Amino acid sequence: MTSSADPFAQREIALVDVLDRLLAGGVALAGDITLRIADVDLVRIDLKALISAVNAQVPSPFATVDDTREPLEPLEPLGARDLPDPE
Amino acid sequence: MNVTDDLRYVYAVCRPPTAPLHADLTGVAGVPPRQLVHEGLVAVVSPVPERDFAHDALRAHLEDLDWLAATARAHQSVVAALATVTCPLPLRLATVFRDDSGVRAMLEEESERLRRILDRIDGHVEWGVKVWLVGGAPEDPAPGTEPPAARPSRAPESGRDYLRRRRAGNAAREESAARAEVFTRRLHGDLTRYAADARLHPVQSGPLADAGSGRNILNAAYLVPRSRSEEFLELVGRAEGTRPGLRVEVTGPWAAYSFTDGPEAGGVP
Repeated sequence: MTSSADPFAQREIALVDVLDRLLAGGVALAGDITLRIADVDLVRIDLKALISAVNAQVPSPFATVDDTREPLEPLEPLGARDLPDPE
Repeated sequence: MNVTDDLRYVYAVCRPPTAPLHADLTGVAGVPPRQLVHEGLVAVVSPVPERDFAHDALRAHLEDLDWLAATARAHQSVVAALATVTCPLPLRLATVFRDDSGVRAMLEEESERLRRILDRIDGHVEWGVKVWLVGGAPEDPAPGTEPPAARPSRAPESGRDYLRRRRAGNAAREESAARAEVFTRRLHGDLTRYAADARLHPVQSGPLADAGSGRNILNAAYLVPRSRSEEFLELVGRAEGTRPGLRVEVTGPWAAYSFTDGPEAGGVP
């Protein structure tokens, strides 16, 4: 792929970090066939059940996926839900 | 492969790259991506079979974790390769068009928005920063169990003794949680001030988050000028190790996945 001196050289990237970005990030365009964001969210809810039932080895963000991007429950005891807003 | 019957999977949009993509690069469906140019914008696309990427098939596939993982990694590898030659605007996973003219129509209709975001992320990369609470993480103790800090080294001598130890354990956990919060707020504040923009992702949890890492209390993304990445990483590095029991993890550089929603969301002028 790319040379090792390249900052974008492929290294071990956790699936959970890739999915954080590919399912919640990336510009959402209305492709001819694309599932709309709402559809994908539905799929993710289904996946959550699937994954927890079938595969405990692979990291997943699905337990906390939320398009509002607000940190969910696990942050609450620390009050990090109130992290300072940028600016 | 009968290309004419295939659909078009679009990975990213960019300005015309200065260098060609690596010849060995393959995308989803194992086919090398190509560049489709339309009026100064480039869509990076590859043909994908209709049997896998038509609406219903795609919906079914997205519920298959192995398929999803392979597709996500292929998408990410194309975007990462693009990021070595330009500053790509990544598209969301599984953005599919019927044919080249559908892609061109999208580039035309979305031209203004795409150019605006491209301008904004130009010369920037995204860094992921996560904070983990490791060891003695405050958790609700299951009934009948004690958190480690409150676990007596020997049996309590009296009920009073037991209660005192239990209170001490609770206090220790609260203190550690408070320290973690202060640290995380400060780190996020410092990094946000340094970065061009910041986003909070949901914390990683559930049965699938990296169990050995402890508890994720910050999962943030920062948009940083490529030329200032080293300083940004130094800033993170200085914070690292200053708090026992907290671990800071950096991922990246990523293409600007988390900053494709337009500047208005981040409060940046």
